[in-house]
Amino acid sequence: MAQNLENIIELKHISKAFADGFVAVEDFNLEIKKGEFVTFLGPSGCGKTTTLRMIAGFELPSSGEILLSGEDISRLSPNERPINTVFQRYALFPHLNIYDNVAFGLKLKKLPKEEIVKKVQRVLEMVDLAGFENRKVTTLSGGQQQRIAIARALVNEPDILLLDEPLGALDLKMRQEMQLELKMMHERLGITFIYVTHDQEEALTMSDKIVVMAEGRIQQVGTPEEIYNEPQNAFVADFIGESNIFNGLMTDKLRVRFCGAEFVCLDDIPEGSPVDVVVRPEDVIMTTVEAGRIRGIVHSVIFKGMHYEITVLSGKNEVVIRSTKAAELGGQIGLNIEPDGIHVMPVEQIMNQFEGVLTKAYKLAFMGQEYDCDVVSLFGGAFMKEGVLYDTDGEEIDTEDVKVSLSVSPEDIIMSDNAKEGIICGHIINLIYKGDHYHYVVRTDDEQDVIIDDEYLWNMNDYVSLVIPAEKLAMEIKR
Amino acid sequence: MNRFRFTRKQLAIPYMVFLLLFVVMPLLVIIYFAFTNGDGQFTIANLITFFTNANTMGTLVYSAAVSVVSTLTCLLLAYPAAYILARGPWKHKSVLMMIFVLPMWINFTLRITALKEMLSVLEENLAYYPFWNTVIGMTYDFLPFMILPIYSTLVKLDDSLLEAAADLGAAPWQIFLKVTLPLSVPGIVSGVMMVFLPSMTNYVVLDMLYNSTYIMGSLIGSYFSADDWHNGSMIALILLTIIFTVSVVAGRYEDENMGNRGGALL
Repeated sequence: MAQNLENIIELKHISKAFADGFVAVEDFNLEIKKGEFVTFLGPSGCGKTTTLRMIAGFELPSSGEILLSGEDISRLSPNERPINTVFQRYALFPHLNIYDNVAFGLKLKKLPKEEIVKKVQRVLEMVDLAGFENRKVTTLSGGQQQRIAIARALVNEPDILLLDEPLGALDLKMRQEMQLELKMMHERLGITFIYVTHDQEEALTMSDKIVVMAEGRIQQVGTPEEIYNEPQNAFVADFIGESNIFNGLMTDKLRVRFCGAEFVCLDDIPEGSPVDVVVRPEDVIMTTVEAGRIRGIVHSVIFKGMHYEITVLSGKNEVVIRSTKAAELGGQIGLNIEPDGIHVMPVEQIMNQFEGVLTKAYKLAFMGQEYDCDVVSLFGGAFMKEGVLYDTDGEEIDTEDVKVSLSVSPEDIIMSDNAKEGIICGHIINLIYKGDHYHYVVRTDDEQDVIIDDEYLWNMNDYVSLVIPAEKLAMEIKR
Repeated sequence: MNRFRFTRKQLAIPYMVFLLLFVVMPLLVIIYFAFTNGDGQFTIANLITFFTNANTMGTLVYSAAVSVVSTLTCLLLAYPAAYILARGPWKHKSVLMMIFVLPMWINFTLRITALKEMLSVLEENLAYYPFWNTVIGMTYDFLPFMILPIYSTLVKLDDSLLEAAADLGAAPWQIFLKVTLPLSVPGIVSGVMMVFLPSMTNYVVLDMLYNSTYIMGSLIGSYFSADDWHNGSMIALILLTIIFTVSVVAGRYEDENMGNRGGALL
């Protein structure tokens, strides 16, 4: 229990489903220590803001509990929680001046007037806006409004400060300044900060601990270094920084094969497992054709100021390299990667699961279509006689409404832009380039996520029709 | 060759002509009559008459009383209605709003006649409560004009402000008093103006509800019917000044970007 005492907040099995059935957050577990700077990082719609809103009390979790210093606060309303929020669009009260905005929380606590004046003054000095007390909110610039929003939250001396993409509306230079200021403020005050952003650079710069989220789930929790250097899956690797992601295979202990060559690696994964291999562009070393394990042709060279970004085609694979040296366009080149530059991770479970039902006529009904199906092998030991199916005891089997679980591997689904061609349509909500093919997630019109591997490039949000060849469907009776 | 060029300015010509003929000219005529006597000589006697005559002053006070009470009644009815409409969990807010505005699409005299019949049944004789009948009539007639502007400020209210207030420790009733209400003041001011000003002059309601007392509108009418254009014009001018002053004062409290008062539905 001693360990639990330092946790200022614990989120236990938090899930949030909205009234329309959309599941924003699923089984979220996290412990945050007092004084930590924790960042929730992920693409839009990954559930990071919803999680923050549950901590603030604006949303109630559908299940799970939130413990603040060991006490369950998940059902308390926002005004009963010792937590304050800095909102994305500042949410300053337009009818109040700066002083009244900052003093809002203190006045509600009925503090004596002199004390309020003193505290407001102190916090305004901290955000460099002393003397602005009587100004109207609308006369301030975006950066100044942001500081007021921070001051308004901090003046209440909360146990936890929540920041919901607070720098999103600022320009780049202002954003970088504010990042440093926030970081310094955090160090000075010792208050726990929970920060939400989709900007990976911001997360890496500011945080003690990063929580990478995607599709309502935690993908990885770790320090910025851990997240960057040891991504746990292809999503994290792709989201944090630039990455080359390849399909690979473990050929021996600490040996992995990808891009047509074998490499020594540091991750101990059982021999024969299919893996994702992540290599950062700065970890690829260019060398002569003879010395390189991978050989390829230089496809493009782009000058990026601090470095060159070079793309090399090796067979079907595309390798991106970041180097201070340029390479000759169209020339043959050799590439090497040191063992510590190779990050190997077991492949996520990637079969698509569906459900279908059998009809009386021994057909499979699936997404509004009927498929022929081999019912004899589906029911173990059954046999067909004169068009009727019997089980081992010779009893007729009624197949009507028997549920069947179906699985299809991602490379067997074909995408088409002709809506009539496939059996279901959907939007591409995620794509990751994996060296020689793209890895897509398509959210269908009935809210199912389907994973597809395809060598052709489609765009995010493309509306595609999915063709699932009947012979590729693996079937099993659902019990 | 100097060809005729069509510019955007010329689009304004029809309205300018209308404005001159039916607004500016009549106004000048009224000012002329207000400050002259039967012989066409300049005088301020009409002005003095108005403020010294017990009848005209009594009418002014009665009109103001009808207006103030009607406006307050409208406000008390409209604010909760607008609040529920704007902040409630409705999916089709504009349809609900339409239901509130729907009576406006029925002919005005028909509505007041219906109201008269109902009040007659309830009160037996309308002459018992002439003042309150008038207030009910005005309220019935002008209520949508109060609901609409309040509704449109409340519907635009940024949810994050309410969340910020809750986050800073405000209980629901404190959020209402400290954030929602102050931020809906522009809507309230618009609504008050849209009810207060017409109810100073709308004597049709009084007539139809058998209230024989004069209000400002009927007073002006009576002078003109009696061929006393000079005093009638002066009273019209005084009323215009009152309305103008109220509008200017109230305008200060209105939000600059409160362009949409929901008038499109009417």
